[in-house]
Amino acid sequence: MKTLVWLGAGGCGGCSMSLLTAESPDCLTALAQAGIELVWHPSLSALSGTELLATLDAMEAGRQPLDILCIEGALLTAFAGQCQTLGGGEPLVARVARLARVAQCVVAVGGCAAFGGVGAADDAGIGGRGLQFDGDQPGGVLGAGFIARGGLPVVNIAGCPTHPGWVLDTLALLAAHALPASGLDSLQRPRFYADRLVHHGCPRNEFYEFKATAHALGQQGCLIEHLGCRGTQAHADCNIRPWHGGSSCLKGGFSCIDCTAPDFAAPHRQPLTTPKLAGLPTILPSDMPKAWFVALSALSKSATPARLRHNAQSDRLDIAPTPPTGKRR
Amino acid sequence: MSRKILGPFNRVEGDLAVNLTLDGERVSSAQVTSPMYRGFERALVGRPLADALVVVPRICGICSVSQSVAAVRLIQALTGVSPAANGERVMNIVHACENLADHLTHFYLFFAPDLAHADYAGQPWHADWAARLGSGGPAARQWLAARATLLRMVGLLAGRWPHTLALQPGGVTRTVDAVERLRLLGWLAEVRQFVETVLLGVPIEQMLALQQPDDLDALRAGAGDAGRWLRAADALDFARLGRAGDRFLAFAAYHNQGNAPWPAGLWADGRAQPLDLSLLSEDVSHSWYEAAPPRHPAAGDTLPNPHKHGAYSWNKAPRLAGLPAETGALARQLLAGQPCLTALVRQHGGSVLTRLLARQIEAAWLVQAIQCWLAALELSEPFIQPPTHTPLTDGMAAGLTEAARGALGHWASVEGGRISRYQIIAPTSWNFSPRDAHGQPGPLEIALEGVANQDVRIQHVVRSFDPCMVCTVH
Repeated sequence: MKTLVWLGAGGCGGCSMSLLTAESPDCLTALAQAGIELVWHPSLSALSGTELLATLDAMEAGRQPLDILCIEGALLTAFAGQCQTLGGGEPLVARVARLARVAQCVVAVGGCAAFGGVGAADDAGIGGRGLQFDGDQPGGVLGAGFIARGGLPVVNIAGCPTHPGWVLDTLALLAAHALPASGLDSLQRPRFYADRLVHHGCPRNEFYEFKATAHALGQQGCLIEHLGCRGTQAHADCNIRPWHGGSSCLKGGFSCIDCTAPDFAAPHRQPLTTPKLAGLPTILPSDMPKAWFVALSALSKSATPARLRHNAQSDRLDIAPTPPTGKRR
Repeated sequence: MSRKILGPFNRVEGDLAVNLTLDGERVSSAQVTSPMYRGFERALVGRPLADALVVVPRICGICSVSQSVAAVRLIQALTGVSPAANGERVMNIVHACENLADHLTHFYLFFAPDLAHADYAGQPWHADWAARLGSGGPAARQWLAARATLLRMVGLLAGRWPHTLALQPGGVTRTVDAVERLRLLGWLAEVRQFVETVLLGVPIEQMLALQQPDDLDALRAGAGDAGRWLRAADALDFARLGRAGDRFLAFAAYHNQGNAPWPAGLWADGRAQPLDLSLLSEDVSHSWYEAAPPRHPAAGDTLPNPHKHGAYSWNKAPRLAGLPAETGALARQLLAGQPCLTALVRQHGGSVLTRLLARQIEAAWLVQAIQCWLAALELSEPFIQPPTHTPLTDGMAAGLTEAARGALGHWASVEGGRISRYQIIAPTSWNFSPRDAHGQPGPLEIALEGVANQDVRIQHVVRSFDPCMVCTVH
């Protein structure tokens, strides 16, 4: 069995609560299947606070093994760490730094622990930092050069919140020594989900193909042109591996805000608003020449079926595709 | 006199420590500390108003929808947008699913495991609990499945949970069709089956018809976890444990075309009274914020000072007419006139028993309400109002609702389209409030006075309020 300790830093607990929505299997079954023993989790453990502190002390002293250390929430560093203390006034961030040195693997669960998250905004005044990144810059409280005993840097399961599958799959791979350094992208996110784009498998793809655009929330069309959808840039597999069995933000009728990116909640990232330059959205696919995009868009717009043009600005699919006629068959 | 600190507290949402002064075998006084500060109120200042819909759900991963609902109601109040009727119904369904999931999480994850504690080994009711809730017991997988089904319903209607953007001023971004309604009703039937057979042990209608304390006998005799729990509660005298000030506060919730099934009000001196929101204030005398007189949240500020002498919490002390108040499911039930709970509270005051029972009655109500709202959806009508192009007016507004744990309020001022002030009072801000300038303790601090110095018993009292510390400190 691999031992796992999960500590809540300056976050909202949403990644833990999201983890508990896992189905088929549920998270308890998945952890058991992966051979992981949950030594402590703030919501799931019966151990009291004093027993927890004694366990953490034993791990730091090498008397008890710590295989996987999960941190959820930003590390709060303002006021010399007094924004968040753990047991007797010691800053939580100091405890996390000591545990990271003895753990075989260190995992940042969620965008806050990975990059600082919502709490990294300067105006919050809490000095929110990631474990190994400050925003998109390497560093964080452990330093850019940090490598855990098992040989990996901090594994950043970015997302706000994290999909339960991202967390459970990452933990199972780590427990099985099956996540090599090459399995992480440049922001140290597991590539098994971060090499996909939210755009992949988007249920609105037919509207995207023909540039049939929604002008207001609630409409069925593509959300890139007017409603700020960042699905063509967002690294995640939300529309391939849906949420809660079948959902995603796009299926819920609103735009992807790219919550696996370091700065997704920054003030300049106005949600549901498309940033434009010379009338053109600046959130187009990043690896496609813009001129080609414009040319192809013009071409596909001129070929948009009336059905899509209508449905794109309706709150339901009014016009069905026409069945092929006998003659054409 | 001796002192003792309980904390870091496990199985609560967020960080909590309780400092106790002991007088022999009993707690003589308590100080409740929220040892974390995240600065959301300050981070919102200067941002466009629409950013609130992205930022505020992230205050809390357990009741993010409640935070969204408060922000939506605030923006609607500020802009004059009125929501589509279907939009209100779906918002209510999503909100109710989250609140019911929270009640299940509270009971099975946060509260009930203490009844399986080894301290109680040998008590006649203990073996039963330990078998249900101990390691490997069947309860965990049963409630996790029911909770996941509720959040699958939220997923269909709102894309994902937590932190959805589907709730917007004017309605919701998702149109529901006839087949999807059938699917939602099917999932709800699964939840209903769990609530009736596993949680309550009696039909929902019987739970909602509870009139007087004697009616609880049917529940006690039942095969559900509610009966199992009530038998333990009798043995442990939960009816007299954890009484606070018996002053209860609720905001209205689940609005539907101008009506709200849960009324706003203050329940004090044994009866429901109107709620005067102008009498709200937050006191920071024992909080790690710069000294300032108590202020209404519409005029409040958040200026951290972790070195302030005499302070012991990042939570402010909310007060109504200068007095503390308790909030939560029990407050909602009293203000809605639930007769059995009213009789129990008149007998012994608010207690561990009545707080837990109120949530279980509400669980039954929520299942029925979700079913009604699903049935009431007019599938051919809009789910969101078309956007209005009137420019955002400057001004001040409040967005009030109920989270599972009680009254939640957001107050904001907007200047030039940008937020110039944003203040939040969460339910646990009320219940776990520190002392104020007059030295008045908050509800949990009162409830702990006189409790026997036994960790598990103290934990029952703390958990009976279902603390949500991340909301509290925001």
